[in-house]
Amino acid sequence: MSAKYSNPEVSASPHVRAKLSTTHIMQLVALALIPSGCYGVYHFGINALFHILITVAACVASEFLFTHFMHKPVTVTDGSAVVTGLLLSYCLPVAAPLWMGAVGGAFAIIVVKQLFGGLGHNFMNPALAARCFLLLSFPKLMTDYTYGLYDSISSATPLQLLKESGDLGDISVRDIVFGNTGGTIGETCTIAILLGALVLLMFNIIDIKIPAIILATFSVCIMLFNYLLGTHDFNIYYLSAQLSGGGLMLGAWFMATDYVTRPVNTKGQVIYAVLIGLLIAVFRWFGNNAEGASFAIIFANLLTPLLERLPVRKAFGTGGKQA
Amino acid sequence: MKQALERLVNGIFKENPTFVLLLGMCPTLAVTTSAINGAGMGLATMAVLVMSNMLISMLRNVIPDKVRMPAYIVIIATFVTIVEFLMKAYAPQSLNDSLGIYIPLIVVNCIIMGRAESYAGKNKVIPSIFDGIGMGLGFTLALTIIGLVRELLGNGSAFGFRFADHAEIFGIYEPMKIFVMAPGAFFILALLTGIRNKLGVGKSKDQAACHDDTCAGCGQYPYCQGHIRQEAKEETAE
Repeated sequence: MSAKYSNPEVSASPHVRAKLSTTHIMQLVALALIPSGCYGVYHFGINALFHILITVAACVASEFLFTHFMHKPVTVTDGSAVVTGLLLSYCLPVAAPLWMGAVGGAFAIIVVKQLFGGLGHNFMNPALAARCFLLLSFPKLMTDYTYGLYDSISSATPLQLLKESGDLGDISVRDIVFGNTGGTIGETCTIAILLGALVLLMFNIIDIKIPAIILATFSVCIMLFNYLLGTHDFNIYYLSAQLSGGGLMLGAWFMATDYVTRPVNTKGQVIYAVLIGLLIAVFRWFGNNAEGASFAIIFANLLTPLLERLPVRKAFGTGGKQA
Repeated sequence: MKQALERLVNGIFKENPTFVLLLGMCPTLAVTTSAINGAGMGLATMAVLVMSNMLISMLRNVIPDKVRMPAYIVIIATFVTIVEFLMKAYAPQSLNDSLGIYIPLIVVNCIIMGRAESYAGKNKVIPSIFDGIGMGLGFTLALTIIGLVRELLGNGSAFGFRFADHAEIFGIYEPMKIFVMAPGAFFILALLTGIRNKLGVGKSKDQAACHDDTCAGCGQYPYCQGHIRQEAKEETAE
């Protein structure tokens, strides 16, 4: 027997492996997140960088410590903790105290991910779950959108302005698209997020289906609400502000497309994306808060196991009328 | 006396209604926003449990088997009504307000029905009373601990005593409001149950003897699937 076959590996199908590993995917996602981070640091000051570093460090440390002390395989090198940390830090307002990212990171990794069995077993996106956890725990600190290192600018986010007064005041749509507004660290600059999304699309990491359907559904719903209940016209200005303001873009491109928490089958993905778009529109229009993207996405995450059952067909011979 | 003590230990540790049997989840999750509320709910449930266990045990040979459920419910509802009126008259107003609808809902608390069905309906009066006390103490203890942890983390106080007047305690801890909201109840219950399992207080393998006649209503059934009973039977046969 040749050496090649002396120690055959016996495993279940599929036997053909893709070259793309988890580590590779996570590296690409982290790379795609860099533009938004850079803009966040440029726009909000050096404090944003501290937030990002602390959150990522907290996630990586929690992952390592938990797997180490629970005697599980230490999976920290796959880079998923780094991505979780980046996404979570992009959801923090820059005025939040620095320990916020550490608390959120520990919650994301330990409670949402590792307690349910680690990467691939988490039932909702860890970064978003941690964001909602922080938002419910510290409602005041998490919605304090003051920024500016020397002269503090205490500005409402575009969505808060839209919610309260119905128009944006002196903020132009150009400001919102380029991110020159108040908000969380990574969500203000739509251009930077789209740049990152382009990278992911080019390397085939994500499919355009989910983000496209989310954005389309959201646009239709919010315009419909505005037409029926608001200003009774189709206002492109309003729509573009809604589309590029808040966590919608970051959520649709980076969080809703998370491999673990989205459905695998196409039919399920379509329903999942439509649901997210619809819920974001409903939360933004009818909810108390100006923003609802994170709650909408984790809500849809919870339905993923149900949506996975859709393509299961009836076995031949079952169902139908009995003769 | 030995049996009475065994019933007490059983209720508090081995078959703790909250952390082991996971019965009566509705009040456990809903009213434990503070340690006082948890203790109040636990004591009210314990009072009903002891009285109903006693009466059901006294009447166990009188109640026909076919209508035992309605009979138990009538007995339990009677005591719940008494407890409700007593609390309205003598308990502090704030406690009464925060427990609200959950006091009348003790009627449908699974612990009380469960003990009536699996213990009081088959055993003598004195052990049944102690079973009620043990179970009630276990429930009260569990609810107080859950309430205390939630109150500490979510409100920064213990038994209503605040450590500082402002939101930050000693300037270092910012209360996490999620723990006094509904999701916090699930977090803390899961955490404490996990800790209890890890410490292994009264794990099923320690509990080699089954004292009930059937596996129905046994809290350990999901873990042992009747094996322990089978082994015990084989041992006695040998």
